[in-house]
Amino acid sequence: MLHSVSLTASRLIAARTLSLSKAAAKTSSLFRSFSTSDGTFDLTGCFQTHNLDSAPSESVTATKQELVDIFELMYTMRRMEITCDNEYKARNIRGFCHLYDGQEAVATGILNAFEPEDSWITSYRCHCIALARGGSVRQVVGELFGVIDGMSRGKGGSMHFYNKKHNFFGGQGIVGAQVPVGAGLAFANKYNAKPGEKMNVAIACYGDGAANQGQIWESANMSALWKLPMIFCIENNHYGMGTSIDRHSSISDYYKMGNSIPGLRIDGMNVLAVREGMRFAKEFCGSGNGPMYVEMMTYRYHGHSMSDPGTTYRNREEIAFTRSTRDPLEFVKKCLLDNEFIDEAEIKSTEKRIRKSVQEEVMKAKESTSPPLDELTKHIFATSLEPQCDSEYPPHIRMPNYEKSFWANGHRN
Amino acid sequence: MNLFTAVNDAMRVALRTDETAIVFGEDVAFGGVFRCSHNLREEFGADRVFNTPLSENGIAGFAVGYAATGGTAIGEIQFADYIFPAFDQIVNELAKFRYRSGNQWNAGGVTLRAPCGAVGHGGHYHSQSPEAYLAHTPGIRVVMPRGPKAAKGLLLASIRSRDPVVFLEPKALYRAAVEDVPVGDYEIELGKAEILRPGEDVTVVGWGGQLRVLAKACALAAELGIDCELIDLQSILPWDFETVAASVSKTGKLVVSHEAPITCGFGAEVAATVADRCFWNLEAPIKRVCGYDTPFPLIYEKYYIPDELKNLEAIKTVVEAAK
Ligand SMILES: Cc1ncc(C[n+]2csc(CCOP(=O)(O)OP(=O)(O)O)c2C)c(N)n1
Ligand SMILES: [Mg+2]
Repeated sequence: MLHSVSLTASRLIAARTLSLSKAAAKTSSLFRSFSTSDGTFDLTGCFQTHNLDSAPSESVTATKQELVDIFELMYTMRRMEITCDNEYKARNIRGFCHLYDGQEAVATGILNAFEPEDSWITSYRCHCIALARGGSVRQVVGELFGVIDGMSRGKGGSMHFYNKKHNFFGGQGIVGAQVPVGAGLAFANKYNAKPGEKMNVAIACYGDGAANQGQIWESANMSALWKLPMIFCIENNHYGMGTSIDRHSSISDYYKMGNSIPGLRIDGMNVLAVREGMRFAKEFCGSGNGPMYVEMMTYRYHGHSMSDPGTTYRNREEIAFTRSTRDPLEFVKKCLLDNEFIDEAEIKSTEKRIRKSVQEEVMKAKESTSPPLDELTKHIFATSLEPQCDSEYPPHIRMPNYEKSFWANGHRN
Repeated sequence: MNLFTAVNDAMRVALRTDETAIVFGEDVAFGGVFRCSHNLREEFGADRVFNTPLSENGIAGFAVGYAATGGTAIGEIQFADYIFPAFDQIVNELAKFRYRSGNQWNAGGVTLRAPCGAVGHGGHYHSQSPEAYLAHTPGIRVVMPRGPKAAKGLLLASIRSRDPVVFLEPKALYRAAVEDVPVGDYEIELGKAEILRPGEDVTVVGWGGQLRVLAKACALAAELGIDCELIDLQSILPWDFETVAASVSKTGKLVVSHEAPITCGFGAEVAATVADRCFWNLEAPIKRVCGYDTPFPLIYEKYYIPDELKNLEAIKTVVEAAK
């Protein structure tokens, strides 16, 4: 029974993969190099639209520098996630930990289409978006280690990264909760827009499983009703934990789920398609046309979280097949190589440099210290209720003194 | 048997003895995150044990509808922290259906199971204990077992109860707690507390996973010559005031403890009721030993939880005060 489940799922992905990888193959054969620093890339087959009169361009240019930057960011993400996996297994990271490898093109493409003023909110699978939106490996991994230099002072952990300076409203532990919040962000962007200028947009990223949470429908209606510059971005990695989309959703065309809201499906393994598609979505939403549903066809290599080996509900062949035909990093490498932007040796040395720097950042993160105990009772209310004298708890913490009870009886476990 | 196999066994008995019984929830068909529904689909078929979409309010409402037609609905909310998206259906539909229809309809066949409590590293959204929110809702029963044996009997009673039940399972004990569990079909009466350790000096009250902590605290107190009477409430709503009152009338002292934050925790209800009904028997102020009024913390969970030493401190304090 289980076996046939994964078979259907893999067939489904394989079918989509075929059409998408054909496009990717074309990309490499059809590009023409204008100069040493500019390339044109064919994105035929990377987009499907719903309720839209226009579509993203299927021919895009990218400079050498853009592609190199993209590659470096994506490779850093990949290394960071693999390092997290190792650190988790070494028990240096505890608790819940959801990895993003396989999906790097989505966050990177969005980043490259957006302005820092655009608002971004996402789910618990947020390490790499935090990295893209102003974070460093050291801060991200530090948060996972639970140290004070972590992005949320060590108080949030894997699911809770934020960056106020970069309009990153972070990761949410509750599936779907980010979407109504995203509508609020979009409203603020509309409300604060300068007359005659494009609005900043808001994007809420969520999964295929989350797509059927009731609160998403409520936010869709509000966003459409009030024409909010809101992008509903479904990162369709084909599984909500262990349940494949054909078992948890009556509709698998997620980009059509907004019904009357226009939709766009993007090959989420192709970073240039993501960038171009998101430029299109940003332009559409920022110009006052209301919200848009965007579906990213992507894949997560790791299990749902660290306690999920990721192989009981899908088979290894499916993962290997995706890796070998659709890997988002291999795609960028191919673009770089085919266009003669950089050669194999340069790629190797870049990879080596990034691996080393990730390692160093992780070491630095490890050197930091745990947050002080008073962080436990800090930041609950706006006004500081911290005690004057640090041997006492704030007045809203009505408890016997732990230290006192711990030592007074000479008991220690 | 450990706790998750006891829960699994109870559901197996329920599915076997009640052909209207169905089991559903997120990833439940594969056994669920904590393996509680392991092999049930293989044994009872995919039409009785199935996955739902990721839709908690939908799961709860769906359960109400099925139960209204007379069916037995055993739904799983993957973590008690995700009961909140289902809160509307639980509070406004599940709990009030019988009352507002003048007893024409009811959702008594519903049991919603959810793993609750601290596990050491669960952080904000995999650790909470929402029993007090639920206990503010007349019309539902709220039950929390302390271990495998109680879990099986209480769960079977909950499933068969003609009232809707929210059944909270201390997830830290799924694997950790191992007991001899009767293989047959048995129930433990809902609404009844159990005295786990008779004593003369202090009444100590708790429920669920906290009982393990309290048993240790009572043992430490015994070393100091303090004889505690330890009571497991088992049912949070309705709760067994009589057993607690009889005990406090004897000991004159009460310590009540839970993991959830202290303010408006269910310990407040126990303390208020005891203060009202046992005032003349009390020899010392009632002590509550609970979580702090912070979000459930990722860091310093060890400091947050009301461990045996904090409880011992409270037990000693009430004994001192009564001297
Ligand atoms: C309201 C709620 N229900 C359940 C969960 C447990 N849970 C965490 S992630 C997840 C699966 C989500 O799948 P999807 O939306 O596809 O995102 P992905 O993990 O694939 O990125 C579930 C069920 C939760 N965190 N919140
Ligand atoms: Mg998914």
